[in-house]
Amino acid sequence: MLDSADLESRLQPILDAHRGMEGSLLPILHAVQEAFGHVPEAALPMIAADLGISKAEAHGVMTFYHDFRARPAGRHVLKLCRAEACQTMGADALADAVKAKLGLDWHETSADGAVTLEPVFCLGLCACGPAAMVDGQLVGRAGADALVAKVKA
Amino acid sequence: MKIWVPLDSAAVALGADEVAAAIQAEATRRGVTVTLVRNGSRGMVWLEPLVEVEVDGIRHGFGPMTAADVPALFDAATHPKALGPVEELDWMKGQTRLTFARVGVIDPLSLDDYRAHGGLAGLDRAKAMTKAQIVAEVTDSGLRGRGGAGFPTGIKWKTVSEAPGDRKYIVCNADEGDSATFADRMLMEGDPFCLIEGMAIAGLACGATKGYVYIRSEYPVAIRIMSEAVRIARAAGVLGADFDMEIRVGAGAYVCGEETSLLNSLEGKRGVVRAKPPLPALQGFMGRPTVVNNVISLASVPVILAKGAAHYKDFGLGRSRGTIPLQIAGNVRFGGLYEVAFGLTLGQIVNDIAGGTASGRPVKAVQVGGPLGAWFPPALFDTPFGYEEFGAKDGLIGHAGLTLADDSTDMLQMARFAMEFCAIESCGKCTPCRIGSTRGVETLDRLARGDASALPILTDLCNTMKLGSLCALGGFTPYPVMSALTHFPDDFARAKEAAE
Repeated sequence: MLDSADLESRLQPILDAHRGMEGSLLPILHAVQEAFGHVPEAALPMIAADLGISKAEAHGVMTFYHDFRARPAGRHVLKLCRAEACQTMGADALADAVKAKLGLDWHETSADGAVTLEPVFCLGLCACGPAAMVDGQLVGRAGADALVAKVKA
Repeated sequence: MKIWVPLDSAAVALGADEVAAAIQAEATRRGVTVTLVRNGSRGMVWLEPLVEVEVDGIRHGFGPMTAADVPALFDAATHPKALGPVEELDWMKGQTRLTFARVGVIDPLSLDDYRAHGGLAGLDRAKAMTKAQIVAEVTDSGLRGRGGAGFPTGIKWKTVSEAPGDRKYIVCNADEGDSATFADRMLMEGDPFCLIEGMAIAGLACGATKGYVYIRSEYPVAIRIMSEAVRIARAAGVLGADFDMEIRVGAGAYVCGEETSLLNSLEGKRGVVRAKPPLPALQGFMGRPTVVNNVISLASVPVILAKGAAHYKDFGLGRSRGTIPLQIAGNVRFGGLYEVAFGLTLGQIVNDIAGGTASGRPVKAVQVGGPLGAWFPPALFDTPFGYEEFGAKDGLIGHAGLTLADDSTDMLQMARFAMEFCAIESCGKCTPCRIGSTRGVETLDRLARGDASALPILTDLCNTMKLGSLCALGGFTPYPVMSALTHFPDDFARAKEAAE
């Protein structure tokens, strides 16, 4: 657990780096998540105070977007595309197989903290589906065994 | 020895980085000096990673390559993956590449390469013109919004150009969230300076001094390349005092592809749709006059300025002028990006260019225009590719993505997915979209259980969503649903479940 002094000392440089930027809240939240692995709840009042908005507004923005996490993800994040083009190439069957092998449903993290499974709607790899992303690395014509091997590694 | 290996996301997803590393290693092992260029993709995704090797000044293609295929590239013998000169391949020869002329050809981050291939000629010409002349040139070209709405780009620019305001903005919508679309991604990864040039021209035409490119977070490669390109363009003086720009990253909300949601997101707010009026052209980003254009609209401007409006307008049919980068996807044999003048029939695209399905089974339906586009059955394959032509068949061309589906596809499930997707991605501002999509899923589940009495409810619900939603998310979700129902009624006529 972060103590508030530690949080503040790491948050302040992020806030300073975004000063003067038009509409800086999303870039700040991205930077916070990059630094902490998630957006700590205690960071929101500090961000809100810095930007002169209410805590409710900051919370509302943070929770609107799928990308921002309230809790840290697993050590690996596996995203599977669920959109139409990938569906026509067996994305549903791939998702079922991966879920079974990992024992996870969407948005769940394994008990050992190794892997988080998330849906994504389109990676722009629509002519080589089904598509996946493992820790930021793109995978086309994805297969369940190879994906699971990557996150078990 | 000069070798090109794409850095394009699709190529990388199929192993291009491993192939590039193998080429470097093999060159070192053999003591051969290799100039390795990481280019954009030529758009032939089924051949990716497509490696090109210069032989007597001509680029020869090899693909799809694996690391194991690399050593033979250095041997004199004929390579098993050899395709011959890339420009001579049927896929390349059939196209009219105006917007994508440089994609796959040049080093995306070399401004010299960009200039050597005609880059900045449009901006140079625009600098010698008045604002009104630039706007007139774009208007005369017939260019319409390539994001899907099809609004004339020149008219939008004229509104912003003539609007009073101490500060105006050019916002590029690069939140390309539609399934089956990847033209924006390919352009940003393969020719980022083209988009920058288009935005700089828009800035001149409208008197805007600041631009933003809002790129979805699912596109890490495009974000990296565009950020680097902006830095290079600034250092070279292409961007700077008169017009500068920033790259901003979305956060996984599909609805932010809608222009007013995008503006809210860019302002640091929830990506909720704004009611129109006021138009973004008059009160957009930070309440100031703002052009919001799709990547392809803006990236088509440099060639229009460089070669003149008439050159661009000569391509196309009806009120759909110029070229359109088709993105052929899904269960497809030859998938990828194919830029061509408007007017090909859907059947020509599906059968002649795409070669049918990857599975080899018959094509059952093609969804045109992404998740909010209609499913077209083979009976409508004579529809010519154009804004009005697709509208007349209760469809839309959208961002020109096509998803092929074979005969194993259950259209009721595809309709259900459209409603489910709308429910997940709805911004929640208007009731037809927020509630209607959830009711839509439930209603389709009733149909799936054999409850035919749900049919009129589904039709009525779609009508309400279409007419009552604030934006295209709720308003167009009925397209895939109703087209599936209209053209594939058998899939919706389920027998009562045996358990009953």
